[in-house]
Amino acid sequence: MLDYVKLLILGLVAVCAAIAANYARDAAYLVHALLIMSAAAITFFYVLRRTGEPQVPAPATEYMDGPVRAAAIATAFWGVVGFLAGTFIAFQLAFPVLNFQWADGYLNFGRLRPLHTSAVIFAFGGNALLAASFYIVQRTSAARMWGGGLAWFVFWGYQLFILMAATGYLLGSTQGQEYAEPEWLTDLWLTIVWVAFLALYVGTLLKRKEPHIYVANWFLLSFIVTVAMLHVVNNLQIPVSIFGSRSVTVMSGVQNAMTQWWYGHNAVGFFLTAGFLGMMYYFIPKQAERPVYSYKLSIIHFWALIFLYIWAGPHHLHYTALPDWASTLGMVFSIVLWMPSWGGMINGLMTLSGAWDKLRTDPVLRMMVTSVAFYGMSTFEGPMMSIRAVNSLSHYTDWTIGHVHSGALGWNGMITFGMLYYLFPKLWSKQRLYSLRAVSWHYWLATIGIVLYAASMWVTGIMEGLMWREVDAQGFLVNSFADTVAAKFPMYVVRGLGGVLYLTGALIMAWNLYMTVRKGVVRRDAPIATPAE
Amino acid sequence: MEDTYTFLQIVARSWGAMFMFAVFIGVIVFTLRPGSRKVHRDIANIPFRHDDRPAAADDATQAPTQPFKEARQ
Repeated sequence: MLDYVKLLILGLVAVCAAIAANYARDAAYLVHALLIMSAAAITFFYVLRRTGEPQVPAPATEYMDGPVRAAAIATAFWGVVGFLAGTFIAFQLAFPVLNFQWADGYLNFGRLRPLHTSAVIFAFGGNALLAASFYIVQRTSAARMWGGGLAWFVFWGYQLFILMAATGYLLGSTQGQEYAEPEWLTDLWLTIVWVAFLALYVGTLLKRKEPHIYVANWFLLSFIVTVAMLHVVNNLQIPVSIFGSRSVTVMSGVQNAMTQWWYGHNAVGFFLTAGFLGMMYYFIPKQAERPVYSYKLSIIHFWALIFLYIWAGPHHLHYTALPDWASTLGMVFSIVLWMPSWGGMINGLMTLSGAWDKLRTDPVLRMMVTSVAFYGMSTFEGPMMSIRAVNSLSHYTDWTIGHVHSGALGWNGMITFGMLYYLFPKLWSKQRLYSLRAVSWHYWLATIGIVLYAASMWVTGIMEGLMWREVDAQGFLVNSFADTVAAKFPMYVVRGLGGVLYLTGALIMAWNLYMTVRKGVVRRDAPIATPAE
Repeated sequence: MEDTYTFLQIVARSWGAMFMFAVFIGVIVFTLRPGSRKVHRDIANIPFRHDDRPAAADDATQAPTQPFKEARQ
């Protein structure tokens, strides 16, 4: 019966999307309508072929690992795509000729930049978080995932969101809010997927067999809940037409700016920090084979982060129309954030106490520990940059970009690579990874890449900031904007090379993971068949 | 509209802030309460149980409760 309801809904969606495509007022909307139509049609035939087939009950004695595998593969795939886009636009900045004339309006820096940021944050990071959430919540609840096929809906729905966002950027559909660029149609779709994700997560937690909820789940749940709230509030837009992708924001002026950076900073705080801390609190103990250093500290870390992060947003708006008290508030809370961030970092690092020797032999653990070190480094740098006096030098310069990348490449990237190296042998029942030497190569390529990136951006950022504020004896500005652009050229090339190293490392990882699945030795103690219970 | 704003900001900066602060302190005190160490040590070992399959309906644990000793004693 349920299958017929599904068929009815899918058929209706496909037909409505086809009609919408016919009336589309702009190219982005047309592409989105066609994407939705195709997705609905494919799912329609998938459901149709299974309708009336005998139902095989899901085995309650197994974890649901299919969606975890899919999300892990998608993480590696989108990672390579996102890093490639990033490296390309880095060279576009160094060599403007790479903004090809024939692709103007589609593949120029302005169009590719949001594609890169969303590909690495939402596609690479988002799929990593999906894989981690699905995996961790089942293991630490000792229960199979709730909701039957809902996890598959979340996974494929999220991929559709990524495709809609990416095509939208290339075709110029954007509401112009950083990290929240997708227009209303894409936003609505993400909201539906996210609510399903929340239901899935809470549903699994509710049927847990462990009396307590492990701390990684707290972080992951706070990530899901907060992102839902941020997404809805920052995307309060009124579409101009239901057949066009344009929309008008409900808030305007400084209210809009404040909401945007309340969203933007908490996207960093809850998507890229809380979610990935959930990963840290599960995968580092697993890889080090010892429980987290202090469970009490992890609880305090969690609540301090929750209470403080939400206030830090206004530090993005120093010296703007935002009232001084608001930006001071943001600055103060950013500085207080030092404490929980470093508490968490110490907790992650000290988990290795008594097992430090493993770092010599286990490059995967080395990767995870390096990521925690980068977490500490960028959460030190961030509060420092939020201080108004420092911000007057650093804001609008490449220092900000360097800061973001030491966090994103170092912390988010490295912990995700560590997770993938842990997950692939596990999920495909392999004894070990195909090549540990390749992991070492990846580790060093990525680390040197980040060092090149961050160091060149510090130099160019501070140089640029100093050049902008330099005045002569009469009080006139010494440098024009173009002077700073010319002076930055060598650092831009170094930054691009750092990107090439990081991308090469990711390609080695993709090869290594593929070979692990194809050629890896089967796990010796692998459960061949689950005994009937 | 003006009144709603005034009302909200007065509540937020006085009792609201106090409430948040009290909850935060309460959480920390509760976490550090005497006798919580045993519970926390047990929770910290959750990742080392049920790695391959969910818990069966009747037994709560497959593996020993504490396969690894916590580093910090």
